[in-house]
Amino acid sequence: MKLSTLTELNAERAARRPAIVVTDISSGEQRLVKAADFAADPLRDALAKQLRMGKSGSVEVDGKKLFLNVHAPTAKLVIVGAVHISQALAPLARSLGYDVTVVDPRTAFASVERFPDVPLIAEWPELALPPLNVDHYTAFVAVTHDPKIDDPALLHAFARDCFYIGALGSKKTHARRADRLKAQGASDSDIAKIHAPIGLAIGAVSPSEIAVSIMAEITATLRLPKASAS
Amino acid sequence: MLNRDDDILQAAEDWRNAGHGVALATVVETWGSAPRPAGSSLVINDDGTFLGSVSGGCVEGAVVTEALDVIQSGEPKLLEFGVADETAWQVGLSCGGTIRVFVEKVD
Repeated sequence: MKLSTLTELNAERAARRPAIVVTDISSGEQRLVKAADFAADPLRDALAKQLRMGKSGSVEVDGKKLFLNVHAPTAKLVIVGAVHISQALAPLARSLGYDVTVVDPRTAFASVERFPDVPLIAEWPELALPPLNVDHYTAFVAVTHDPKIDDPALLHAFARDCFYIGALGSKKTHARRADRLKAQGASDSDIAKIHAPIGLAIGAVSPSEIAVSIMAEITATLRLPKASAS
Repeated sequence: MLNRDDDILQAAEDWRNAGHGVALATVVETWGSAPRPAGSSLVINDDGTFLGSVSGGCVEGAVVTEALDVIQSGEPKLLEFGVADETAWQVGLSCGGTIRVFVEKVD
């Protein structure tokens, strides 16, 4: 690998932008494909598939064996609401490889006793979220049930183009939320990004089961092709 | 988690910028129960210092030796390790899988 390629690759990784190194393993010939160039690349279908799976692998093109080394940012999960569901959700998400942060201004909820191993920020979303660098590789869930906390958090998630946004609440609650968010400037396409009611419909009852349904929905959004991830 | 090779590639860049000869070894193919997935990498400098892994520790020694050659010659190499390999007695994978490792110089 050329030092210039390695330097560029490391810069992309530091900026949390995905990149793929394509290597012809018989000749050693190599090129770096950055996120912005995926769509125009001759290997775009293979690149898109490997990236979606977050998996490196080989493809054969014109008799040449090419190795696609995928460098995808580590996904983050931001949980707004240090509620009972979050106590189950945080460790589950960590075991799935996410960097997890819990935000809740209510110190009775956001306590180390309740969240012993998770970065916890007991501040309002307006203060807590900007330093977290919420980005496209972030799944964002708002589960406080309190519009004063959830609404500004969701507006932040829209602006940062999170790959997954979910919010707790029934269809009725969600309809009221949509009205409130639109009154604060959210567009219809922003509202459409919210998964609500949150989680896959698996009949979840307990907080842990709801956590499973949320992580299942996040996984599906991350891994399935766009058209089939609902 | 286990897939974080973040610091490894940064170390390769830093070593190179500090004037070291550096090689990068990457798992490019696996069959059977290989311990690390494709894309896992090991970086080696001309002191023999290495970071990362391409297996559970079974073949790293052999990869480092080959990598020192690659740093010298500049020519990339494709290595294969597994139970069918004739060097299996020394450095085979105990898990029964087979891996191919691409070793290249950072230059």
